[in-house]
Amino acid sequence: MGFLDTLPVTIMQWVRSALSPYLPVWGSELVVALAKVVLALVVGIMPVIVFTWMERKVLARGQDRFGPNVAGPFGLIVAFADAIKILTKEDVIPAAADKPAFRLAPALILIPALLVIAVIPFGRGAIAADLNVGVLYVIAMGSMTALAVLTASWSSGNKYSLVSAFRAVAQLVSYEVPMAFALLAVVLVSGSLSTVRIVEAQAVPFALTMPIAAAVYFLCALAEANRSPFDLLEGESELVAGFNLEYSGMKFAMVYIGEYLHIFLIGALTTTLFLGGYRGPILPGWFWFFAKSLFVVFVVLWIRTTWPRFRIDQMLDFAWKFLVPLAMANLVVVAVAYKITSDVYMGAGLSLLANLLLLTATVVLLVAWARRSKSRRVRALILGEV
Amino acid sequence: MVITDRGEIATETVTINLGPHHPSTHGVFRMVVTLDGETVVDMVPKFGYLHRGIEKLAEERTYVQTMPLVDRLDYICPMTNEHAFCLAIEKLAGLEVPERAEYIRVIMDELTRIMSHILAAGFLWNELGATFTPMIYAFRQRENLMDLFEMASGARMFHNYIRPGGVVADLPEGWVTQARKVLDTLDRFLDEFDALTAENEIFLVRAIDVGVLPAQLAVNCGISGPVLRASGVRYDVRLAEPYSVYDRFDFEVPIQKHGDVYDRYRQYIAETHQSIRIIRQALDALPEGPVRNEKAKRLRPPVGEAYARIESPKGDLGFYLVSEGGQQPYRCHIRSSCLMNLTALRQMVIGHKIQDLVIIFGSINVTMADIDR
Repeated sequence: MGFLDTLPVTIMQWVRSALSPYLPVWGSELVVALAKVVLALVVGIMPVIVFTWMERKVLARGQDRFGPNVAGPFGLIVAFADAIKILTKEDVIPAAADKPAFRLAPALILIPALLVIAVIPFGRGAIAADLNVGVLYVIAMGSMTALAVLTASWSSGNKYSLVSAFRAVAQLVSYEVPMAFALLAVVLVSGSLSTVRIVEAQAVPFALTMPIAAAVYFLCALAEANRSPFDLLEGESELVAGFNLEYSGMKFAMVYIGEYLHIFLIGALTTTLFLGGYRGPILPGWFWFFAKSLFVVFVVLWIRTTWPRFRIDQMLDFAWKFLVPLAMANLVVVAVAYKITSDVYMGAGLSLLANLLLLTATVVLLVAWARRSKSRRVRALILGEV
Repeated sequence: MVITDRGEIATETVTINLGPHHPSTHGVFRMVVTLDGETVVDMVPKFGYLHRGIEKLAEERTYVQTMPLVDRLDYICPMTNEHAFCLAIEKLAGLEVPERAEYIRVIMDELTRIMSHILAAGFLWNELGATFTPMIYAFRQRENLMDLFEMASGARMFHNYIRPGGVVADLPEGWVTQARKVLDTLDRFLDEFDALTAENEIFLVRAIDVGVLPAQLAVNCGISGPVLRASGVRYDVRLAEPYSVYDRFDFEVPIQKHGDVYDRYRQYIAETHQSIRIIRQALDALPEGPVRNEKAKRLRPPVGEAYARIESPKGDLGFYLVSEGGQQPYRCHIRSSCLMNLTALRQMVIGHKIQDLVIIFGSINVTMADIDR
């Protein structure tokens, strides 16, 4: 098992040693770096193909129907069929569009997502670039989405697109704040911003020691990726397709891949930061990593199948008035819990206890507020008085 | 940036067009919405895209030839349209309808009501954004009901089954047993659907206190049907002016208190339960006998006029017929329940956000085909 576990690292070593007689040091290092890039891209984009298929199957089965089963056995070829379909469509650029920005925007959506793949540890030692500011890098790349969405919709020259983009930017920017607080708790406990060090620090996965941070991070990641229940951008029943209304052909394909890559990144980052990354018994590290990511992605799709969507003001209220105070309180509570003891497992247990107390306090406060409230909506939601 | 006298930043309202090509509106419907940011300041409905001239076409066709057109009036609930039309003809021509036919008509009406309400509940979830899932569950039940209709009339949707003087043909063998099975499945489905959807937190925050229709406004605007009853007014044509054999059945007319989207949803589910109750009583009491008045085959109603109305799943549907003694009516006017229900939409949406507008429009469950005729 040790061999399989460190297979990516072994491959890179082999490449380096195979080339070193023929090339100077910087030459072989350059080739190894390029090989790492290629491998990371392949490993990062393969899940996108799988998830296209998985989404359609999971949604279909949830809706009591079959889903794609004609294109290939169990519809497995459907991602390629989709790709061929999209690429053969006419690439229309509206007359009122701002052409350079219109052409640039899909790249702006796709490239930051691709760049995040660099800091995800797929297995032991299998990381393209072990930056010592990994988490900060991830947050920075996530922030690029807001700019990309605004560029895409403004350059489309379409009123509907613009109105959607305003809402999108408000949503994206608002949800970065609780996400940062949740990640701060993780960084505080593991003592480093590097993703590899965070995985190594999870003798007990952080989802068990700080479930509030995990839940907050998951919801914020859903909002950043514009997925249900925060998907007003794609709300077909509202302003049709939102910022990617005017895109077709290859540009739409890039936006589409970017979106699915975001979903995979939700899975990968939740796994790395909260579920213990590649840690797991017996089976090789990369297997555990992909299994955990797949599970998280399945939950994302499950939520899409079943939950309706929020209204924009309710969504923003939820972020600012509920998630931000909760994430801040969680940070304080976890910091205190880990400071009290120096033993890892004691700290984990205390942190879990502290989280549960925080949850209880939140529920008590919410119920007390709801009892005093005159709003039917609040009373129905919290006290169940329909 | 323009600063107004009061020191605020001046903003402008945006006028956008929602429709007629729109994935969610119940048919082709255009709304010219004036927005201040996200809030709706004004809404002007523009309909007429589905106008087919049914009232004019009826003047050139005999009564039975008009029946398929009447079917297509509100395509979600065809049987009730036919029933209303036949009631008007029977009043005009003084026709008797056999007992068995009356019971069959009631059963078909109530089955249609269930179909329509299930669709309303399912589509509301579609507009809320639950990616079609509850809609498909609801449609699965609709398929069972459409199978029943196909057994009886030969067609899933436009049945052309209820004719002046009765129904066109008797129920086939095994229909009653099949109907009872379908009702049992429906009962289980309703419980499951309610358990899954009624307490969903996102649904509660989006539907409660949204699109409130006060009872006084509803009465003044001539609203009828589940929308009116959800606002707290217990008015049902089956109680106010009983037609067919409804006075022989024991059923309740539920009402709700607040008239918001959530209450309308509850109303659709509650009325479906009552419909199942009526159908079970009718199936148990179904008498034997002919199903069609033979004299009705060549209809030449005497000179006169008649107006008949029924409680269709959308509201108070009425037909006004004027006869000059020929085989074709001189005038056929349709009092469309959906059109009257649409008139209150503007008051319901002003002050809400765009997303609320979409679900409010979904909750009043109008069919554009009935509005445009």
